[in-house]
Amino acid sequence: MSTALKTYFTKQTQAAPLAVFRVLFGVMMLVSIIRFWMNGWIEKLYIKPKFHFSYYGFEWVEPFGNYTYLLFIICGLSALFVAIGFKYRIAIITFFLSFTYIELMDKTTYLNHYYFISCVSFLMIFLPAHNYFSFDAKNLKKASFYIPNWTIDSIKLLLGIVYFYAGLAKLNSDWLLKAMPLKIWLPSKYDLPVLGDLMQQEWVHYAFSWSGALYDLTIPFLLLYKRTRWFAFILVVLFHIMTRALFPIGMFPFIMIVSALIFFDASVHHKILQFISKAFKIDKAEMDKKIETIFFQKKKNISITIITVFLLFQLVFPWRYLAYPDELFWTEEGYRFSWRVMLMEKAGYAQFKVVDGKTGKQFSVNNSDFLNTFQEKQMSFQPDFILEYAHFLGEYFASQGHQNLEVYVESYVALNGRLSQPFVDPTVNLLEEKESFKHKTWILDFNDEIKGL
Amino acid sequence: MVKKGLFLLLIGIIAFACSEDESTNPDEDNDAFDRKAMLINWADNIIVPSYTAFNTEASNLVTASNSFTENPTVETLQELRVTWTGSYLAFQRVSMFEIGKAEALNYRNRVNVYPTNTSEIDGLIADGNYDLSLPSTIDAQGFPAIDYLINGLASSDEEIVAFYTTNGNAQNYKDYLNMLAETISTLTETILNDWNNGYRDTFVDNTSSSASGSVDKLANDYVFYYEKALRAGKVGIPAGVFSNDPLPEKVEAFYKEDISKQLALEALQATQDFFEGKHFNSATKGESFKTYLAYLNTIKNGENLGNLITAQFETAKTNLQGLNDNFSLQIENDNTKMLNTYNELQRNVILMKVDMLQAMDISVDYVDADGD
Repeated sequence: MSTALKTYFTKQTQAAPLAVFRVLFGVMMLVSIIRFWMNGWIEKLYIKPKFHFSYYGFEWVEPFGNYTYLLFIICGLSALFVAIGFKYRIAIITFFLSFTYIELMDKTTYLNHYYFISCVSFLMIFLPAHNYFSFDAKNLKKASFYIPNWTIDSIKLLLGIVYFYAGLAKLNSDWLLKAMPLKIWLPSKYDLPVLGDLMQQEWVHYAFSWSGALYDLTIPFLLLYKRTRWFAFILVVLFHIMTRALFPIGMFPFIMIVSALIFFDASVHHKILQFISKAFKIDKAEMDKKIETIFFQKKKNISITIITVFLLFQLVFPWRYLAYPDELFWTEEGYRFSWRVMLMEKAGYAQFKVVDGKTGKQFSVNNSDFLNTFQEKQMSFQPDFILEYAHFLGEYFASQGHQNLEVYVESYVALNGRLSQPFVDPTVNLLEEKESFKHKTWILDFNDEIKGL
Repeated sequence: MVKKGLFLLLIGIIAFACSEDESTNPDEDNDAFDRKAMLINWADNIIVPSYTAFNTEASNLVTASNSFTENPTVETLQELRVTWTGSYLAFQRVSMFEIGKAEALNYRNRVNVYPTNTSEIDGLIADGNYDLSLPSTIDAQGFPAIDYLINGLASSDEEIVAFYTTNGNAQNYKDYLNMLAETISTLTETILNDWNNGYRDTFVDNTSSSASGSVDKLANDYVFYYEKALRAGKVGIPAGVFSNDPLPEKVEAFYKEDISKQLALEALQATQDFFEGKHFNSATKGESFKTYLAYLNTIKNGENLGNLITAQFETAKTNLQGLNDNFSLQIENDNTKMLNTYNELQRNVILMKVDMLQAMDISVDYVDADGD
């Protein structure tokens, strides 16, 4: 390790920003879990469906029937414990595991921002976020007023990656030159006051596309530099409120706004903590006095190694799509877990045929017999869903006594306003195909090109 | 570059933030598509007139049923049949509008579930005690049940009439038949009254772009009807698309035998007319899915989807016309033609459910979950 790096890792800074991040993150997560429950989504998305789409390698992760509620209770409670910093390490590990388990139960619900939350909570396992302004810190042996600089920087870097990679992903011909998919999405917001008319204007679609890409690419840097920080934060707030008004994206805008606070100096965070202290009648000054000279006790720990590997992984993993041939948006091989947010409008139609290979007799499947509408929608344009569902159908009809089973799909997909075209080779018996990280050769040609990243 | 982008972004944001203050001129949206005009065209020129016409047919059906049961002869039976066929055809023009009261009443299922459950009907008649609003009786009522009672009880007209005259249960047969006709008529009248007394305005005023908006809801209902009731119900299921073998006994109007094609053609024409905004019983056209698509295409500069869909309607119609009047016979004699027709109908499912709904940014059977 070079000396510069060594010095960097010994540098310490006030713990307040990380404490604020922990408190607000915990609160946001608690609210998200409650909101999810109140919307009836646990029942609708995890308990009712007869079949769940699994991530490759995580087929063993399944909902627990009615006990799924218990999982959400555990997740919500651990979020609360994270917020108040009580038994923090156990709480954040529990939160990370339970939240990630929930997300792994059915990939139908995959969202980048759920993945973001898993990433942040994983990172937080290794950060001393409970050293200050927490129940744990009441034990002065565990408290410190200062923490290593790198702990806060690791969160900044993760946030920076999310924004910057989201911006890079927008550098493609559909987004920049055709203003797609905003050209589809924005005109449908015709009922917004006045903006509704603006949304019909072509120049607005381009302005939104370009400024959206620029925003994503530049915001980490604008937040990083002191001189542009407040301006950048106002942009963050406006941008996310805007997206909240235009699109159904739930809690995500608020989570991002709150997260961006991490870029500010400790003085801002002390004000926030003062505000919280007032509300909960905590004597912050008294608390600070006891520990304000205490630095983070450097133990030899593996956190730095783990976090370094984790962040390197974050930097590299989104590029894995380069290993696949054909258009990324079409095959979606390497699409997920890469901060490709609101990037395309894709819809499909998949009609499955179950064939008796000996007699040639065949019949079509009514998808709504097995999937809810959300699952059917997501399945119809994503190859790994189509394959998994085909295998499910094979097993189901085998259990019904059908023999010499072959399963074919006739499918059409429309991408970013292009006319729908055949998606999966209808002559391929999907039961012969296995899921893997290899390129799926049975996806038909896109017949077009989207240039760029 | 950065500043320019941010500047543009800010303009958008400011416009959004100031939106309340600036909305002084409501008439300035001259170049945007007027969705309300489309809703008005749908309600005033298509939906309400179609229901009005069918409501008349439905009360004629009640009258004809009463005439027959008061005086059951081969002649009154044949008159009843003519009226039944006429009202069955008129029903094809309203079946797709399962919205509002119709949705609440589960209208399509109350009026046209086939194949009808003959053993259940026989049982209910023998029992003489029934409640047609029970979900369990859904396959023992509506047009298909009447079909059975006036066409399917026996092979000759004289034998059918005998069920209403000399049969020990004749009175129960009469009562059940009348009850079936009255139920159709009552349900239809309830829906029509609802449209005429307030729902029309609710429907037309709900121009919201959300999933609960009228455009979104009716678009979903329409595509659902086309896919499930028309394509699958009238053609695909009997042709054996969803089963190992063809099921010729599952055609619409199975006992009448010779009108399944006529009914399917009428339904197809009705869906095409609605797509094109064609007024009921008139050649005039108004704002519609097709004009909406044309408007969106001025933004997108893509393929002219509306024309593709119309052309596909025509192809499907030509195929349908080439079939036997009696789909059962067509399926038994040459099912390939039936399957070809299904395939042509299917092509428009893709164009409408995938391409059209994508162009309009309407979620298919909207699921209330977050996106990112």
